[in-house]
Amino acid sequence: MADVVRVVAADDPLRDLFSPAGELTAEGRSRLGLDAAALRELYRNMVLIRRADQEALNLQRQGELGLWGQFLGQEAIHVGAIAALRTTDWVFPSYREFGMAMIRGVDPADMLTMFRGLSHGPWDPRKYHFAPLAIPVATQVPHAVGFALGCRLKHSDEVVLSTFGDGATSEGDWHEAMNFAGVFKAPVVFLCQNNGWAISVPLSRQTAGSIADRARGYGFPGIRIDGNDVLGVYAAVMAAADRARQGEGPCLIEAVTYRMGAHTSSDDPTRYRTESELEAWNAKDPIARYRAWLEQQGTIDEGTVAAIADAAESAAQAMRARLTAMPTPPPGEAIFGRVYSNPPEPFLREREEFESSLEGS
Amino acid sequence: MEAVTMAKAINLSLRDALTHDENVLIFGEDVGALGGVFRITDGLQKEFGEERVFDTPLAESSIIGISVGLALRGFKPVPEIQFDGFIYPAFEQIVSHVAKYRNRSGVPLPITVRVPFGGHIGAVEHHSESPEAYFAHTAGLKVVTPSTPGDAYALLQAAIDDPDPVIFFEPKARYYLKEEIDTAARVPIGKARVAHEGSGVTVIAYGPTVSVALQAAKTAAAEQISLEVIDLRSLSPLDMDTVMASVRKTHRAVVVHEAPVFCGFGAEVAARISHDAFDLLEAPVARIGGLNVPYPPARYEKLYLPDVDRILQAADAALAYG
Repeated sequence: MADVVRVVAADDPLRDLFSPAGELTAEGRSRLGLDAAALRELYRNMVLIRRADQEALNLQRQGELGLWGQFLGQEAIHVGAIAALRTTDWVFPSYREFGMAMIRGVDPADMLTMFRGLSHGPWDPRKYHFAPLAIPVATQVPHAVGFALGCRLKHSDEVVLSTFGDGATSEGDWHEAMNFAGVFKAPVVFLCQNNGWAISVPLSRQTAGSIADRARGYGFPGIRIDGNDVLGVYAAVMAAADRARQGEGPCLIEAVTYRMGAHTSSDDPTRYRTESELEAWNAKDPIARYRAWLEQQGTIDEGTVAAIADAAESAAQAMRARLTAMPTPPPGEAIFGRVYSNPPEPFLREREEFESSLEGS
Repeated sequence: MEAVTMAKAINLSLRDALTHDENVLIFGEDVGALGGVFRITDGLQKEFGEERVFDTPLAESSIIGISVGLALRGFKPVPEIQFDGFIYPAFEQIVSHVAKYRNRSGVPLPITVRVPFGGHIGAVEHHSESPEAYFAHTAGLKVVTPSTPGDAYALLQAAIDDPDPVIFFEPKARYYLKEEIDTAARVPIGKARVAHEGSGVTVIAYGPTVSVALQAAKTAAAEQISLEVIDLRSLSPLDMDTVMASVRKTHRAVVVHEAPVFCGFGAEVAARISHDAFDLLEAPVARIGGLNVPYPPARYEKLYLPDVDRILQAADAALAYG
């Protein structure tokens, strides 16, 4: 067994970028190659998606959305991971990756139609290289592995990002997909957003072991990193993606973060977690931390910070305006229109019956 | 062409699909060097290589799960589930994703899931099941099953050509049924066929029960009773036009399948006939199938499965009704 561990460790490009506690080292930071504009872009994107997230919660509270699941506190993962990929690399998200999709260019108002009861998936995944949100936990992980295997079979250098939460690592599909990825050396980066909670169940009830260490059992490297450091996430995903691109197979990154909000707007976290836990994580806020670092480096000034805040405010208001002005598409097309490529005759008849039953009503 | 078994016809159909479209991939448990436990994929890995015909780890959910990703990447996956009773771990992937992905995203998934199904092979538990109703119940899937080597070849071609997902149930007890096949013949998905013309009672069957129904028709003919046998071939979409054309002629119908009668696919067929031909029917629509018990140990399967006698009894009862 020791040999297996050693082989994997020797082949691990992530390990020396991070301290044993998962902090990006000064050496690792210096190797990122990001100029000041790129560093500011990471900040800007985190601010933009946080403001959109807050606006979505406002919309839910005002009755404009049926449900909202905040990603407050997880912005560094959303932004750092997407920045580390090429736009041609596909992302297979779970259901809390609104920020990732936004950065990929998906219109946030379109995305919110899912939570307004108008759509199950409003963007074309092929246009944004961003798969639909997957609501059944961990079921998207084998899709990512299949896509990555397909990239390998097509001899392309695309890689795939598979994201999921800590709860997903308990699901059979997650283990199956990790195993398939190892066996097929699929070019996939597994990114666990370990936010500590699966609705009301804490990590300690989810697993008795380490998520990152599981990778070894599947024959590839795994590492636990600080998920509230946007540069750490960027570095880890970049290194794992490079390795996958070179044909070296998958990596598992466990990015430790915290779900500052409720599971969704229907949840009440005061029933299962303490205010002090929240305060401790608030002190590690990914945006405040990064801003302090940028200021310390002289990479950002007050004027830029204010301009970014204004831009985020305008974008959030535009999202709200566009969403609330959206018409409700006709029911026949909305519910029958996308089921089949070539709708069979009996299906068309049912649609006709349905549509004529609506006439005059 | 010389007569071939259904097993060989499926093998030829897969071979032709691999030849004609470089995006067709075949994978599953033991489908590579072994050629599958029923040898359906025999020789395909040797001919097309390990990148196009390959063994996977033993995990049905991910066999279907990777099919979704491969289809998104431009492939036409033809995964094999080794036995009917082993499809359940993949149920979530099939129902929650394969069936619904197009509706959710607009992206069609050209996946054909091959599943040997049905009993009559003297097997241990989990090897003789008929889970077709679970899938026919799910919108977004097409569900087909051939009863002859020729249909097996052609329906599989149609399934692989289809831009949307198809569950392809292979009646494993009929794998060794032999006939001449015409590989140029086309069988569209969603069209039933009249397997035997008759005028007294319509017997509606699919997959493994078609040959039982044909045997019943032959026996009945000797007693001057005329049965018309309809082979549905496709459960979803369901070709009620062909069924109703027959029932309008016979005014009597019996539906036969191996799956339990309770909530079985026959319930849908019987309800539709009863609704659409209420005024024409001379007798209630009868359903013949498995009992509402888990599939029994092999020594008892002949008592559980529909046979010629049960079909004839149902036909006699329909003719004598009222």
